[in-house]
Amino acid sequence: MTHAAAPPLPDAGPEPGILRAGLRNIRDMIRIEPKRFSIAVVGAMVNTAMQMSVAFIIGWVVSQVAVPAFENGEVGTGSVAIGVGALLGMSILRFSSMCARRIGSGTQMFQVQAHWRRQVTRRYLALPVSWHQKHPTGTLLSNANADVEAATRPLAPLPFACGTLFMLVLSMVVFFTIDWAIALVALGMFPALFTLNAVFASKMAPRAKRAQELRAAVSADGHESFDGALVVKAMGREAAETERFAGTAGELRDAMIGVGRLRAAFEPLIQGLPEIGTLLALLVGLTRYEAGAIGLGELVTVSFMFSILAFPIRAIGWVLGDLPTSVVGRRRVDGVLAATGDMAYGDRELDGTGPARLEFDSVAYSYADGTEALTDVSFTVEPGTTVALVGATGSGKSTLAHLAARLTDPTRGAVRFDGVDLRELTHRSLAATCALVQQIPFVFDDTVRANLALDREGIDDTRIWQALAAAGADKFVGDLEAGLDTELGERGTSLSGGQRQRLTLARALAGQPRLLVLDDATSAVDPKVESEILAGLKDSADAAGVLVVAYRRATIALADEVVFLEGGRITARGTHAELLETHRPYAELVTAYERAEAEREFDEETAA
Amino acid sequence: MSTDNATEREQERNEPGPFETLGRGLRLSPELRSGLAFTLVLAAITSIGRLVVPVSAQKVLDNGLFGAGGPDVRYVLGVTAIGIGVLAVTTASNYLMNKRLFIVTETALANLRRRTFRHIHDLSMLHQQSERRGSLTARVTTDIDTVSQFLQQGGMQIITSLAQIVVATAVMIVYSWQLALAVWVVFVPVSLLIKWLQKHLANAYSNVRKSVAMMLSAVSESVVGAGVVRSYGVGARTSQRLDTAIEDHRHNQAKAIRRSAFSFGAGEIVHFGVYAVVVVLGAYLVAGGDMTVGQLTAFLFLVTLFIQPVVTATEMLNEAQNAVSGWRRVLDVLDTEPDVADPVDGSDLPEGPLGVRFEEVRFAYPGGEEVLHGIDVEIRAHTKVAVVGETGSGKTTFAKLLTRLMDPTAGRVLLGGTPLREIRFASLRSRVTMVPQEGFLFNGTLAHNIRFARPEIGEAEIYVAFSELGLADWVDALPNGLDTELGEGGANLSVGERQLVSLVRAYVADPDLLVLDEATSAVDPATELRLSSALDAVTRGRTTVIIAHRLSTAETSDEVLVFDAGNLVQHGPHAELAAEEGSVYAGLHGSWIEQTRSS
Repeated sequence: MTHAAAPPLPDAGPEPGILRAGLRNIRDMIRIEPKRFSIAVVGAMVNTAMQMSVAFIIGWVVSQVAVPAFENGEVGTGSVAIGVGALLGMSILRFSSMCARRIGSGTQMFQVQAHWRRQVTRRYLALPVSWHQKHPTGTLLSNANADVEAATRPLAPLPFACGTLFMLVLSMVVFFTIDWAIALVALGMFPALFTLNAVFASKMAPRAKRAQELRAAVSADGHESFDGALVVKAMGREAAETERFAGTAGELRDAMIGVGRLRAAFEPLIQGLPEIGTLLALLVGLTRYEAGAIGLGELVTVSFMFSILAFPIRAIGWVLGDLPTSVVGRRRVDGVLAATGDMAYGDRELDGTGPARLEFDSVAYSYADGTEALTDVSFTVEPGTTVALVGATGSGKSTLAHLAARLTDPTRGAVRFDGVDLRELTHRSLAATCALVQQIPFVFDDTVRANLALDREGIDDTRIWQALAAAGADKFVGDLEAGLDTELGERGTSLSGGQRQRLTLARALAGQPRLLVLDDATSAVDPKVESEILAGLKDSADAAGVLVVAYRRATIALADEVVFLEGGRITARGTHAELLETHRPYAELVTAYERAEAEREFDEETAA
Repeated sequence: MSTDNATEREQERNEPGPFETLGRGLRLSPELRSGLAFTLVLAAITSIGRLVVPVSAQKVLDNGLFGAGGPDVRYVLGVTAIGIGVLAVTTASNYLMNKRLFIVTETALANLRRRTFRHIHDLSMLHQQSERRGSLTARVTTDIDTVSQFLQQGGMQIITSLAQIVVATAVMIVYSWQLALAVWVVFVPVSLLIKWLQKHLANAYSNVRKSVAMMLSAVSESVVGAGVVRSYGVGARTSQRLDTAIEDHRHNQAKAIRRSAFSFGAGEIVHFGVYAVVVVLGAYLVAGGDMTVGQLTAFLFLVTLFIQPVVTATEMLNEAQNAVSGWRRVLDVLDTEPDVADPVDGSDLPEGPLGVRFEEVRFAYPGGEEVLHGIDVEIRAHTKVAVVGETGSGKTTFAKLLTRLMDPTAGRVLLGGTPLREIRFASLRSRVTMVPQEGFLFNGTLAHNIRFARPEIGEAEIYVAFSELGLADWVDALPNGLDTELGEGGANLSVGERQLVSLVRAYVADPDLLVLDEATSAVDPATELRLSSALDAVTRGRTTVIIAHRLSTAETSDEVLVFDAGNLVQHGPHAELAAEEGSVYAGLHGSWIEQTRSS
């Protein structure tokens, strides 16, 4: 830290704050579900208290039953009955308290997990599309699953550990009441055990973190590879993909073996220490017995207590051991919960009916890295008209379509519906006014009907069939075995790309939007089918304004106006015929087909 | 509701038992069995360590306390010293056992992960599509993780517990065979009860795993479809679906923990039952002079040493349910025979360009209607063939059969005169390349994605490939050229650009038969023009089959195959087919002309 402004190094050695962060995490989780936690802790305390009482009963049995029996050669029936009754009564208490502890701590942990999962997924839904584009699907999946699990992991052994702490305090009191010398042995052993557990936990932290990261990497590799399974198969790259996956899996294996070596070194010590303590207690106890300081029953009780304390004390170790992982998991979860960039919606509702007017007013859009994708874009889609956006790949057409549907906000300038800035509208009003159909169709794992209606008001089967017909999808949906009730499966894999595009188009039409934004939404549809759809759209064009990103000339020809984009700027506007004559780059782009054909004919002539 | 119960019962009956699964798992991972005997010896030594305290206590009480001549401190010192010595040895063996266990299980499971991963890729396309992606990933991740956790914690504890039960029994018999017998008499019915409880637990855990998969599926949908959810304002609906999935998972977890607590608690009750029996019987035995006070005390310690491993083992058997369900799902994947398999003793394709022959080929998706009705066609080597037809006419199915992504339900496909089913995959995949409709790009650089086709290729060669396709300027315009990161699924590129990359990737693979499926549908006309002139050069010297939506491709092909409702209805050069009045192709061509020329 020579330089005052130098930021603290996050990864310099074991983090000193990890214990505090871990305890804060635990506090937060208890607050989410305090009732179940209390039940579990009370259960644990009763349970451990019962376990300690066993020590007394055993001590009592030896001194009051066994020794007299040994000395007198006969059994005191009354004493035996008391012992047996106490043992059985305690067994009932132990069973019910144990159930309270386990069910309480388990269900508390599951409640907290569900709570965070709900929160995390709510954030996913609330965060803007630009945020999603920056975060891989695999990471988001793992935030909602593995990270939440890791964060809550200490909750499972926590009530047990609380019960153990309670028992430790109680037993120290008992030791001191019985004899100070024996209490000193306990005072030496328990802190040593505690320290051993703490050292173990802190050494484990970085290794556990590494293993968790590698587990996420293995998951990401697997997910990606299976997503691209068709390409892997088509290129015969199964072996290479397996090697790649095995590489990551191998790293995970090595990391886990590292974790194992550490555990192998510490766990036997943690187990062995209390046993040595018990032997020492016996030795000290015997000298004290000899000195007449304690009785035989007390000696047995003390050594028994040492042996029963050994196991539960590990619960504290489990909690401590889970802390580092839980802190890592919690941080990732918090990362999602704290992510900003939410789109704030306004409170204005559009009350107009019929086609909406879309206006781009000096709109500019820059990516996070500063590159400008759109510069000073101004144009309008007048009510009921169709505007075609034309431009080469990467000229900013899709960004423009996203802005029109407010999937993202402009860096400068404004986008308006009927003169109202989109940022002032409610989400509901936005969604009801404008429908965007994207390049890559997305289909929910649900029925055809649910995919079209999306639980929006007023969309009945009649409306759905109308929309399907307008999108040219009524024929294939009619041919499906269960019709509208057909389950489409995850991502609609049972359909072809063109079928999926037509379904998503029908989804947009079913909502009877006042403005339709088509982002190259018919690219996977046959030309013949496409021309049918376009004819259908033209019929309903009196009800909606249309902004369409297009390549095909038939689509462009349908538009009342063409906006031509080059490098994020509008370089030409006008009708298709005007631009063909006046703007050369436009003419070159849209007449590419004709020129291809002309060149071929020319080739054939010269060859002949 | 009643049908739900019926299916649940059905599953209960059909799921193989845990030991069967365990046996299958061990057979498939022989690494787990290597050195098992040594590990067991170490476990036995380790469990002896647990006896040090009770045996010492007995010695101290009987010989040190009540021995002739009164309390003997030197004797007790000796016992303590020996006890500590034995503990040192058993602690060391505990260390060795733990270390071995981790190395053996992690090695075995890394191999199992790798094999399962490979096997999933070997399954046919149809099979892969029938599974949810998230579930496939779970097979090579969380499912194996639960197995690993179990083997390292539960598995080890089960082994040491069993050893401890045996050793404790032996010592109990030495102290008093009558009491040992009594302990076992109580214990046997309990073990039967535990076994019965296990069966119910198995079901509960199986439901937990299923609900996790459903939940992950729902989360992934809300993430991948974020744009749609946003633009249709259906956040509430999606979040409701998510909440249902999350709540369903929580409910299943809670159900499992309740069953687990009760079955674990059964062990606790027995613990005290056994104490009671020992106290009563022990008192009489001591009174009758059959036992010393020290022996009875030691026995009371031993009861804990006997019951605790029983309880631990029960507990771990509970966790074992979870692991066994996970293991079973992994093994089920491995047991699924790939229906499109690499032939044993397959042959290699002949050198040079490949001709294709379809003989009476029919195809139906499992449980579906036939989609190709007897296709007979010959594609000569060196030709460029366009396949056209309406959506659903069978074009894509044709391409998938041609590249053996699927096998026909009847008839056969021959490549270079050899039936496809008899060609080794290594030979087939290196000579035949398909560019699917949605070319998938991997998270990595542009160069990394091109190298997917040919790992050994250098940067310069990759750049040359782009140049040859007239795309050098496109690469130059990228922020980092060939080192540009494409993002997950190629998210940093537009759809058209993604298709460019997958085309270059196929070009670099240098196949003898190239199959393109609608691969240029989203490229703007100017780019497609550049690409198609380059592809002309690429297709020279090899056989090319293009499933075309743009008839410009068909016009420049040597031959056109026209599909209609699963039949090959026309076959010949473009000019001939277009001239056949009233034919399917003439119709398609007419609508195409109308679209490109109307202005």
